[in-house]
Amino acid sequence: MIVADPKPLQEILAMVEAYKKILVVGCKGCVTVCNVGGIKEVEVLRASLMINGKKAGASPEIDATVIERQCDNEYVEQLRDTIDAYDAVISMACGVGPQFLSEAYPEQMFFPAVNTTFYGGAVAHGVWEERCAGCGTCIIHHFDSLCPIARCAKSLLHGPCGGSSDGVCEVSKETVCIWDTIVKKKMAQGRLEDLFVLQEPKDWRTARDGGPRRSIRETLAD
Amino acid sequence: MPCTGRVDIIHLLNAFEDGADGVYVAGCLEGECHFSTGNIKARKKVAYVKKVLADIGMEPERVAMYNLSSAQGQRFAEIAGEMVDTITALGPTPVKGSNAA
Repeated sequence: MIVADPKPLQEILAMVEAYKKILVVGCKGCVTVCNVGGIKEVEVLRASLMINGKKAGASPEIDATVIERQCDNEYVEQLRDTIDAYDAVISMACGVGPQFLSEAYPEQMFFPAVNTTFYGGAVAHGVWEERCAGCGTCIIHHFDSLCPIARCAKSLLHGPCGGSSDGVCEVSKETVCIWDTIVKKKMAQGRLEDLFVLQEPKDWRTARDGGPRRSIRETLAD
Repeated sequence: MPCTGRVDIIHLLNAFEDGADGVYVAGCLEGECHFSTGNIKARKKVAYVKKVLADIGMEPERVAMYNLSSAQGQRFAEIAGEMVDTITALGPTPVKGSNAA
């Protein structure tokens, strides 16, 4: 899933300080699962904005709602009857959400409440780690389904660098050297020779280097 | 509540939103939670609300976490007194909520 972190409250307050009537919109997708933009977080931000406004002696009008997904126009459309009643809208979805909202409602002001970080999963309660870089051409079958593109700080394709020490990356003590893991797994399974295969230089045109990407299902698209 | 583990951030914020001058959570002694870590979770939520108050420009001391056993009635009264003293020193909340004095 897409993982995000909350923006600092002071950053959000600065973004919307000029607006009195604000709608906070959450998303039931990835940001609900990573506890950053679901119904709980939407209510917490709404209450925080209300306390901030009332403290300043104002009479803020802050409402909150959560839609199924902000990355699908049929759900974004559900806001059409109410969205014009607000001076500004805060999206608590990943970076996709505010953009779908902004495109659907060109007259409205939208602000993001989260920093979208990576594609990953939960490794413990409240802890998420990156697993995929969305490079557009998956090659993890060469590496026992462990991705050196996303999980090696240098995205190396032919083994660990000199910064690997005791299974840990020099970038951070919290970061596993994924090449150490790959090599150990190959050795445990007696298939270390797999790594003698020369990997062709990666074609980054399917990643961000090729510009904004599009995905089309021929069987579905008109 | 049967356990402070049920206390959520929104419960504490709603109290401040409605004009509470201060809020404190009284949980079981650390290490004595019948649900293992309910009071530890509550402490983290109180810490989160302290950060929210500070970001908004309010005194973080307006929210507090205390730990005591259900047999410590006298301590409970002392804590109430301590909290009242803290809030009295800070003065009324600047938030004018529906329940504000």
